[in-house]
Amino acid sequence: MAAIVVTITSGKGGVGKTTTTANLAVALAEDGFKVVCIDGDIGLRNLDVVLGLENRIVYDLVDIVENRCRIRQAMIRDKRLEELYLIPAAQTRDKSAVSPSDMIRVCDELRSEVDYIIIDSPAGIERGFRNTIAPADIILVVTNPEVSAVRDADRIIGLVEAEEKGPAKLIINRVNPGLTKRGDMLTPEDVVELLAIELIGVIPDDENVVISTNRGQPVALDPKSKTGQAFKNIAKRLQGQTVPFMQLEDKGDFMSKVAGLFKQGGD
Amino acid sequence: MAAWGKPNRQSADEAKERLKLVLIHDRTDLSQDELSTMKNELLAVISRHVEIDPELVKISMSHDGREQKLTADIPLKTSHRRKIG
Repeated sequence: MAAIVVTITSGKGGVGKTTTTANLAVALAEDGFKVVCIDGDIGLRNLDVVLGLENRIVYDLVDIVENRCRIRQAMIRDKRLEELYLIPAAQTRDKSAVSPSDMIRVCDELRSEVDYIIIDSPAGIERGFRNTIAPADIILVVTNPEVSAVRDADRIIGLVEAEEKGPAKLIINRVNPGLTKRGDMLTPEDVVELLAIELIGVIPDDENVVISTNRGQPVALDPKSKTGQAFKNIAKRLQGQTVPFMQLEDKGDFMSKVAGLFKQGGD
Repeated sequence: MAAWGKPNRQSADEAKERLKLVLIHDRTDLSQDELSTMKNELLAVISRHVEIDPELVKISMSHDGREQKLTADIPLKTSHRRKIG
């Protein structure tokens, strides 16, 4: 085995990097691959709670780097899937506890043992970002169809190119079909035209993501979730398969207004 | 790619237009002021060699994919040459 290292980054915070990392890791593990995800957000760890593994942390990434444990000991196995592991970030340290060469060393050691290493990058363009892109073979930039997120994504794409780690691929998260149809949200085509990089995923805006995060159960674990399917499609495209982009339905517009009226009347 | 519906474009159009300009400047680190200074300097150099009408000159930033381009459209005055010929 020779793992592929995939780094999920964005520039702007809050666009869904951690949710994407968790769901992509779950989707790849569901496809039978051995997957390790690494939380690169040292000091602000979150991938553990999104995956529902927060109570099982003993060692973290900084413990590995500072030789207090072997990599194996810091890998938390997800009991829901055969071969999904998490290496959590340290919570009481900062980004300077890890260097880009540390990240390359950790990933190189894992490469022969797993199929995919998925790294969740912190927001920003500083040390933490540089740490997480250093070992990457593929960089996925997550954005939302909003001016600030698109602008920051463009900056990140430029930095990835400058580091000769490009071309990055694009995930557009939180697409609201109702707003898009009304002309009040950039369409995925608009965003792709502006950023001029290859699109690898479009994820609908879905309240179930909030609910699943509350429970520590990524939506990709739910076979009926359309949003989960959108993440699974990204996993397939990463494997080189051609999967058509799903048509997002406008369920939030007319029908929910009607439902809302009935609800108001009943209350 | 599948077609996402786009009838009645409103604020999204505005977002796209604003982003286009912002991204050009973010990518080149060149402000509108600097661009116009550069344009004047270019015109001065060109005018030393050929006759041009500064009013007709168009210099702008555009992009081809992620490649930024500085495009200059400089029509030359032909009247002088015709008179000699």
